[in-house]
Amino acid sequence: MSTITAAERVAIARHPQRPNVCDFIDGLFTDFFECKGDRLCGEDAAILGGVARFHGQSVTVIGTRKGKTLEENLKCNFGMPNPEGYRKALRLMRQAEKFRRPVITLIDTSGAYPGLEAEARGQGEAIARNLMEMSRLTVPVVAIITGEGNSGGALALGVANRVLMLENAVYAILSPEGFASILWKDASRSAEACEMMKLTAPDLMHLGVIDDIIPEPEGGAHTAPLQAIRQVDRALRRHLSSLSKESGAALAADRYQKFRKMGAAASQKEEL
Amino acid sequence: MNSIFAKRRARLLAMKAIRDNYVPGDKLVTCPKCGQESERKAVAEGLSVCPHCGYHWPIGGYYRLSTILDPGSFRELNAKYPAADPLSFPGYRGKLTAAQHRTGLNEAAVTATGSIDGHKCVVGVLDSRFFMGSMSAAVGEKITLAIEYAAKNKLPLIIFSASGGARMQEGILSLMQMAKTSAALARLSDKGVLYISVLTDPTTGGVTASFASLGDIILAEPGALIGFAGPRVIQQTIGETLPEGFQRAEYQEEHGFVDAVVPRAQMRETLARLLMLHEKGGRA
Ligand SMILES: [Zn+2]
Repeated sequence: MSTITAAERVAIARHPQRPNVCDFIDGLFTDFFECKGDRLCGEDAAILGGVARFHGQSVTVIGTRKGKTLEENLKCNFGMPNPEGYRKALRLMRQAEKFRRPVITLIDTSGAYPGLEAEARGQGEAIARNLMEMSRLTVPVVAIITGEGNSGGALALGVANRVLMLENAVYAILSPEGFASILWKDASRSAEACEMMKLTAPDLMHLGVIDDIIPEPEGGAHTAPLQAIRQVDRALRRHLSSLSKESGAALAADRYQKFRKMGAAASQKEEL
Repeated sequence: MNSIFAKRRARLLAMKAIRDNYVPGDKLVTCPKCGQESERKAVAEGLSVCPHCGYHWPIGGYYRLSTILDPGSFRELNAKYPAADPLSFPGYRGKLTAAQHRTGLNEAAVTATGSIDGHKCVVGVLDSRFFMGSMSAAVGEKITLAIEYAAKNKLPLIIFSASGGARMQEGILSLMQMAKTSAALARLSDKGVLYISVLTDPTTGGVTASFASLGDIILAEPGALIGFAGPRVIQQTIGETLPEGFQRAEYQEEHGFVDAVVPRAQMRETLARLLMLHEKGGRA
């Protein structure tokens, strides 16, 4: 698998048969109960959330949802959340905090929806609020990037104690097509962008942005979905069990330090 | 002694500020909004605001600070914090160097301590002349250090945002600055310290979706474009022409995301009043 190019990984990450959030929830949890609505004005199907059991422990699960059929795609806005989706996610995270259960997020989105209504209802504010509130949760938070994790729309579910990535998942500031069109005004140069963007799991592990890579079956998770889900189960169990030994204050402090270090040049701090 | 240093600091800031008050044009400048011509000198003396229609030209970081802070109170924080190229992105180093020469800045953020009408505070400014004020690792770090300085010293924090969004050449590390700055603001908030966010033209992308939207008080300059997605992307997505005034400061005020639209000429007194209101005073 090491010879696989970044552009090939992007294609695998977007494969239509790749296990999606519903497959992961079915395979990883029992007794899933879906919770809907942001309690402010709406329900956004692009984010799926609820309570479930993971090996006997109650957990809050939140994931982006694309749907597999065209009808589902349209209902889920192709996995691009509106502010209501992020606000629902925040509501469920606050509930997790209240009931002292871990938060598990499953991320697969091309980004937050860039629509007129989304802007009118504060897409930027919704994402910012999630980043702030996630950073101070005192329960374990594990984020798993299962497919494509793009932009602030992915990060809004990604401020976790442990950020895990499937082997062929990608995580980036925006899509390679968007990157190429902004930087070179030419979306067709996306394959070139893929290599430069450092969006693969090994690259991100090297940069310290993620904490673990979950192996996929040869050829990608879609070739043997159950096997892929078993690997996710194993990784999730391992990380949750090590996090559950920490106090709430330690979990919040560790999460802070983890993101605090990102992009900080060593020994440049200077105070007056 | 103190007053000598204060005078020296005032002179230094004034010198840096002159370079920043950069309304383009020779003797006469043309307003991009109303198209009318004005004397360059008159515009510069009027805080770079069009005397005919009130259009606010973008202004540089040091000039912005000179219009806000008490003379002689400016002390820069982390002035020498270096720009970085964390992904070794082809051609990026050269572009950074060129931007540094052109603007006299190390990076797009300037942070300082100072006072406004005697109220001590920490102020951060994003300068749109440097890579469109985009969020680099250095910008995120300088803003975070300023937030932490404010938290440690329990000083109110003011950040003037102006940003085109992510710094493409720093990729995922640009994205991570959103989490870092927002987490630092959570800690500042937990300490009960005031944070005033001022949105200036344009504030978009990752800056909007992090520290710019998290102020206890959010102010905006008139006409400033404020949003997460840029208007061009939205127009392409929905295939419709956007309504007049969409995403402007006044629109955001109407939609509940801005406390007040404050013209540049009233910014200093407004900030002074807000700082005063958040100080512990006598009993009623
Ligand atoms: Zn004008």
